[in-house]
Amino acid sequence: MPDVHRRTFLKYAGMGAAVLSAGSVISSCSDDYANDGAGISLGSGDTAVLNYAYALEQLEAAFYTQVILTPYAGISDEEMSLLTDIRNHEIAHREFFRKALSTAAIQDLQVDFSSIDFSKRDKVLAAASTFEDLGVAAYNGAGKYIKTPAYLGLAGKIVSVEARHAAYIHDLVSPGSFSSTADSSGLDPAKTPADVFAAASVFIKTQINTNTLPK
Amino acid sequence: MDLQNIFSEIEKKDPEIYDRLDTRRNVMKQFGRVLALSAVPFALGGMFKKAYGRTPADVLAVLNFALTLEYLEAAFYAEAITHTSLFPTEAALQAFTTIGNHETAHVAFLKTAITGASGTPVDKPTFDFTAGGTFSDVFTNYGTLLKVAQAFEDTGVRAYKGQAAVLMENSTVLTAALQIHSVEARHAAHIRSMRRATTGNTKIKPWITGKYTDVPETQPVYNGEENEVQADITVTGIATQVTQDAATESFDEPLSKADVLDIAHLFIVP
Repeated sequence: MPDVHRRTFLKYAGMGAAVLSAGSVISSCSDDYANDGAGISLGSGDTAVLNYAYALEQLEAAFYTQVILTPYAGISDEEMSLLTDIRNHEIAHREFFRKALSTAAIQDLQVDFSSIDFSKRDKVLAAASTFEDLGVAAYNGAGKYIKTPAYLGLAGKIVSVEARHAAYIHDLVSPGSFSSTADSSGLDPAKTPADVFAAASVFIKTQINTNTLPK
Repeated sequence: MDLQNIFSEIEKKDPEIYDRLDTRRNVMKQFGRVLALSAVPFALGGMFKKAYGRTPADVLAVLNFALTLEYLEAAFYAEAITHTSLFPTEAALQAFTTIGNHETAHVAFLKTAITGASGTPVDKPTFDFTAGGTFSDVFTNYGTLLKVAQAFEDTGVRAYKGQAAVLMENSTVLTAALQIHSVEARHAAHIRSMRRATTGNTKIKPWITGKYTDVPETQPVYNGEENEVQADITVTGIATQVTQDAATESFDEPLSKADVLDIAHLFIVP
């Protein structure tokens, strides 16, 4: 996969938007999730998909930042070290999308982690597991909406790292459960943006207009 | 997946599709029959082929390429778990069993997909898991067994990633490939954790740092992973927490088909 120049990236993002007005045929079919059009716009076409990924990375980065800031009781050095790695990866993903999207990037999201008790190992790891599995399923489900090959390549580069995180967290929760998400064909879940936002919305205070996301 | 919606959308984009496919009802009926054969995602692929007269050979080639790798992995784990005394713990044997079951399922899935798209699955090669003697004690030394497993899993992740763009032709196949890809990454992370624990080498993490490997014989599996520039953006230093190591860890790199085959052929008897 050739590296895309930033300018080209943005140009293609614009083109993707134009192409996707034809692609929005897809979103004209039955409305699976209600959205009254309020909230911040993700843009359209590939930009919308990238902003969708950016939103999830913002959520993950904010979560692990809190985990490292207020470590749970009894955290081991090993866990601290590898969870810090994960935080750094999520920050790298977030900042990458912020830069790549440039002026098309959505604003910083307000998160709400009040439902998570950061002092308890089992609560933190359960939430981490949720976030990682959700991230993997989101990227798996979004791949088919991406029109620009280079962006698909980037999503591919990120999703396997999220899957590595997910496996590590799963093993912390229950040793040997690294790939328990796979079905009988050995396939991980792929979720639609609607399902992902439904699961993530409890953690996101900022209202997001999901109307322009491919469905 | 809402089938009725998919049909509606195809109809909008290609109003004549049902002339080519008989009637809509027949399409649904045929589709139902294929579904019963459990080729779920690929039934659609088969239908598009009928409608547009093509299943791109490129997509089939990728599926057969993936099948070859899955044969390799499935046969490796199947053989490994017969050497029960090699495993220091029940958990280790269980992990290999779990991964092996997934690889065997991937083989079956890909074969169904290929057949469903009117292709012919490639034959299963004969394997030499010692790679001509490089890993001569692969089934008698637990450490070597794990080294080979890690190389296979990390190669598998890079191989699927490298073919994603080719599969954009067929979104159903693309999604399935992504769903396998992330499972391979989960396997890779677990095997790497097992090696971190057994070797005590903390440079081995669930993720790949730079192009680091403690096994020089497997260096080609990691070359290119040291990339720190994505879409012309230098990821190192993009935030204070993002060191060079973090930058390379946070993006896995693809591997070309040719490079993957060079690695795989070390384990295939010509």
